[in-house]
Amino acid sequence: MIEESGRDIVVLDYGIGNLASAHRALVHLGANARLVRRPEDAEGAIGVVLPGVGAFGRSAEALESSGLIEVARQAIAKGTAFLGICVGLQLLFEGSEESPGVAGLGVLEGAVRRLPPGTKSPQIQWNVLEDVPGRPSRMLSGLPGGPWMYFVHSYAPEVGPATVATCDYGGSITAAVEDGHVWGTQFHPEKSGTLGLAVLANFVEFAATRAGVAAL
Amino acid sequence: MRSIRVIPCLDVDAGRVVKGVRYVDHFDAGDPVELAARYDREGADELTFLDITASHEERDTMVEVVARTAEQVFIPLTVGGGVRGVEDGRRLLRAGAEKIGVNTAAIADPGVVQRLADEFGSQCVVVAIDARRRPEGAGWEVHTHGGRRPTGIDALEWAERAAVLGAGELLVTSMDQDGTREGYDLELLAAIGGSVGVPVVASGGVGTLEHLLDGVTVGRADAVLAASIFHTGAFSVGEAKEFLAGHGVAVRPPAPDRIR
Repeated sequence: MIEESGRDIVVLDYGIGNLASAHRALVHLGANARLVRRPEDAEGAIGVVLPGVGAFGRSAEALESSGLIEVARQAIAKGTAFLGICVGLQLLFEGSEESPGVAGLGVLEGAVRRLPPGTKSPQIQWNVLEDVPGRPSRMLSGLPGGPWMYFVHSYAPEVGPATVATCDYGGSITAAVEDGHVWGTQFHPEKSGTLGLAVLANFVEFAATRAGVAAL
Repeated sequence: MRSIRVIPCLDVDAGRVVKGVRYVDHFDAGDPVELAARYDREGADELTFLDITASHEERDTMVEVVARTAEQVFIPLTVGGGVRGVEDGRRLLRAGAEKIGVNTAAIADPGVVQRLADEFGSQCVVVAIDARRRPEGAGWEVHTHGGRRPTGIDALEWAERAAVLGAGELLVTSMDQDGTREGYDLELLAAIGGSVGVPVVASGGVGTLEHLLDGVTVGRADAVLAASIFHTGAFSVGEAKEFLAGHGVAVRPPAPDRIR
């Protein structure tokens, strides 16, 4: 039992929107994925997935009031593999133009901004990922160049030091970040077909390689 | 870059896919989960399920169809039909829907759009607009209840209001064209697309691949939805995308079946 639970990837279920999709995709990949609603249920996890939909402020508040924000903080502090998806990625930053005054986790530097003017908002479409020169990406390893992923969002982090992939939507915006064990995708890997599943598989594999040293 | 989504639409009645002409005379087109998986393999960018089941007792059937589909199809699913409020939306999102379509309930109480957007975010909320041409070029009128009931509401005004209320996307169906295979109502699409800042999905009337292209180039739609041309096997989703790509429209190419 202990050994099994020690291989778990937990998906933080803090009570908003369709957070179960990422869990479903991880299960499909054969990962020991669990949706968790209480911080104590995340104990022993080797990977933490923070999904997110809707407004930044509401997500930040729900994450806080569920107590699961502590799981995220611990994973990031301990070096446990961490993946934020969509608003879950945005929550890694200090804040967002969407919800002024609401604090994010503040792990990554930079601002989360409204999509460039002159574009339809939200961006609801598939878009092509572009590499960032000099920033090889582990999450995209093994994928063909220029993979298409599914985006649904009105805000995005500006391109910064952690950005490993961008997409063009009225200008270059952050599509994926990696800062050591902290990963994030603005796109939805759980809704991006086989290529999105490959990103999640890379995360599961990455989590396993760190499991010996960085389980929660 | 801006790309165009190709979306097969599955009208589901009591757990089976059906398709009719002008909202009547439905024929059976198969099992929704099987069809969804096939369209995914063919490169569909998204799938739309419309629950046209008349009875409330059958509503659970739709949730189950969505759940079974979401276990094996990892592209966005939009689910509409019979959504009355936040609780219906929550059940469908939990089952695996990415977006919730709302139509009749939003006309009866536009606050529904706002409540869904507040609860789940605008990106989850699709307002479906069934529009019929008024005589003598006087615009289009919104209809509800599967297209049977006129509302007196102007389609353009409703589109703009829905976007303000929190719709993240509009699914615009011409009821004059739906099921005719004579092409979209391009004027309707262009009029709505030109007046709202959210993506517009074109729906109703596709019979050829040229119709899809017209929806993008003339109708300026962000996504093109079709049902019978895919259900009958007249064209595959892959053929539709090849055709669009061949005419300079950016579409996602088919992905490999698996990596590694």
